Amino acid sequence: MEAYFDNSATTPVYPEVRDLMVKIMEEDYGNPSSLHMKGVTAARYIKDARESLAREMKVMPKEIVFTSGGTESNNMALIGGALANRRAGNKIITTSVEHASVGSTMDFLDDMGFDVVRIGVDSSGQVDMDQLMSEVDDDTIIVSVMYVNNEIGAVMPIADIARQIKEKNPNVLFHVDAIQAFGKYRIYPKRMGIDMMSISSHKFHGPKGAGALFIKDRVKVKPIIYGGGQQSGMRSGTENVPGIAGMALAAEITYNGLEEKMEHMRKLKEHLISELTQIDDVYSNSGDAPHIASITFKGVRSEVMLHALEEKEIYVSSGSACSSNKQHASGTLKAIGLPQDKLESTLRFSFSPENTMEQVDYAVECCSQLLPILRRYVRKK
Amino acid sequence: MQYKAFMIKYAEIGTKGKNRYIFEDILCKNINRKLKPYGDFFIRKEQGRIFVECKSDYDYEDVVNALGKVFGIVGICPVVVEENTEFENLKQKVIDYVDKAYDRKNFTFKVFTRRNDKTYPMTSMEVSAELGHFLLEAYPDLVVDVHSPQEIINVEIRKVAYIYSITIPGPGGLPVGTNGKGMALLSGGIDSPVAAYMIAKRGVVVEAVYFHAPPFTSERAKQKVIDLACLVADYAGAIRLHVVNFADVQMAIYDNCPHEELTIIMKRYMIKIAEELAEKNDCQCTITGESIGQVSSQTVFSLNVINQVSTMPVFRPCIGMDKQEIVDISEKIGTYETSILPYEDCCTTFVAKHPVTKPILSAIEKSEEKLTGIIEPLYRKAVDAAEIVMCRAK
Repeated sequence: MEAYFDNSATTPVYPEVRDLMVKIMEEDYGNPSSLHMKGVTAARYIKDARESLAREMKVMPKEIVFTSGGTESNNMALIGGALANRRAGNKIITTSVEHASVGSTMDFLDDMGFDVVRIGVDSSGQVDMDQLMSEVDDDTIIVSVMYVNNEIGAVMPIADIARQIKEKNPNVLFHVDAIQAFGKYRIYPKRMGIDMMSISSHKFHGPKGAGALFIKDRVKVKPIIYGGGQQSGMRSGTENVPGIAGMALAAEITYNGLEEKMEHMRKLKEHLISELTQIDDVYSNSGDAPHIASITFKGVRSEVMLHALEEKEIYVSSGSACSSNKQHASGTLKAIGLPQDKLESTLRFSFSPENTMEQVDYAVECCSQLLPILRRYVRKK
Repeated sequence: MQYKAFMIKYAEIGTKGKNRYIFEDILCKNINRKLKPYGDFFIRKEQGRIFVECKSDYDYEDVVNALGKVFGIVGICPVVVEENTEFENLKQKVIDYVDKAYDRKNFTFKVFTRRNDKTYPMTSMEVSAELGHFLLEAYPDLVVDVHSPQEIINVEIRKVAYIYSITIPGPGGLPVGTNGKGMALLSGGIDSPVAAYMIAKRGVVVEAVYFHAPPFTSERAKQKVIDLACLVADYAGAIRLHVVNFADVQMAIYDNCPHEELTIIMKRYMIKIAEELAEKNDCQCTITGESIGQVSSQTVFSLNVINQVSTMPVFRPCIGMDKQEIVDISEKIGTYETSILPYEDCCTTFVAKHPVTKPILSAIEKSEEKLTGIIEPLYRKAVDAAEIVMCRAK
């Protein structure tokens, strides 16, 4: 039985999305900027996609900028936001558990001379609100906090953070990396007090290479890519028509019957955790998100466990997929205070609505079979 | 100006007496195979030289680069071919040639003429002298030096005339296929691809074996070794890579033998398996990247104990090299970047913290006795189930 439990790394594209994209590539392949019919047809796909996503978020179509994906959305929000508002202040606040597309962008802004402050988290991955609020001051221009942590699934109190920071300094721009949250929760950024929000298509069964950034009307963000002035100059470059149309359709399908899907994933997740943690020295570090389980199998290196599961056609991540190629251990697991032996022995199972209870049972069975064998072959001191 | 031919210089082959034609034929075949993707070429042997005639348009850099990877070639001379051999015409062509071949015309030179066509109205000496004279007239900053010129402008008059002066160094060595076959143990590190390259350079056809141990090593580690074999294949020709699943053998050793001897015993089994695969595939040697003292299993003591299991010669071309020297070669042949990719850490499960550095053969053999009755079927299965991956230059 194959069981793909790496849906936070990426998801399979919905067949309807694939069909739409093929049609666009084969028939409606025009450049949206062209004046002839082919261009007009292509431009309509972009317009429809923008309106559809805007409806999903209850925002205005002009508040959505299409990008090449989550990383670009985060870069645009932070670099573009910082450059456009540098006269208002110099301080940027974020957390210590952000994805690298925020974390490394913050390093860059730090090098550029901005005063970047990173707020720590507690053992459940929740940002330290007191410290966060004490850092917000008149010099602060941006606060950036992720919605759902990609490694353990901790969910940050976004609306609460928005309210509190705005009380202290109403001019602060609040950016939210919602890449692991969009398609899992109904998110209405304007009602929650969010000024900018990043999403990524391939995390909700859309194609790779497409993403979007919500920028609230009148929020000043400088473009970071220049050229032909597409998307009102906010993001130059010929629009990725199949990617953008595919993303919008994937969002529509995902949000259709979302509550049942979430319920289903939550059951899978809770079942997996409750079964696995009955095994000796197996722990859960999972947060509240319905689709992410972080499990520590003490005594087995995560790569070894991952490859052993792979032989059983069960696909998971060690730490966060984006950083799994690197040697250094995960950022979030370290930040929540996991000791070294647990850091090296933690896997992430992430679900989609298409996973089944049988797959979870199969994974539990495989884990309980493999663990005693793999635990024998550890490096002796 | 597009050169219409390349003259290929080779050195050591010339010393091989009556076998010489075999070496030349294999070199021609290897050149032919290497150049196939780059255009239409005709390879021809002629009086101790090999000519590559270009029958179609081609990319000069691509072709020179490809020829630079064919072992046996010591020099590549791009040649202008002139059908009309009349002196007046030749004179103009040589002047044109110098104009295009050299940006700065301020070197010392001589013209060297060979005249195969004895009906030609001038002697070789006369042709050289006349051409030199006209070159001096055309380019006043040239200086003739017949004893140690910076450049020799060669003119060969046969049915057609050849003009050449530039020699691009080739890789040297002997043509692959002139010297038997070897089984290289590839680990994915820096040294073993260099070792395979060095043995291939001496004309040996290379096959390779890689030991993987899923789930303790990853699919990426295996892919990395395949990629490395493809890079070496750019020089050595296509490599058949035998991928052996070593996990069961490794675990049996781990379960039954003293921990500090694991690496030595494991390596003895690797050599045994490599040698069995070598015999089955008509190889006469195995090849490793070992270098004295680099790690605990490469002390002279360890090498001696490991070597005891082999009956074929184990060629270790890196044996006397410093790490940096091996790195230099791997950078030159283009394997370094791939070798340093970090997909190996899983295997550390099987490495002792303090492995023996002075193993004693009798002690190791005694430890191995504990495997009797356990390891044979695992060993058999590992060898028989080896997967073969064809690794070709990309």
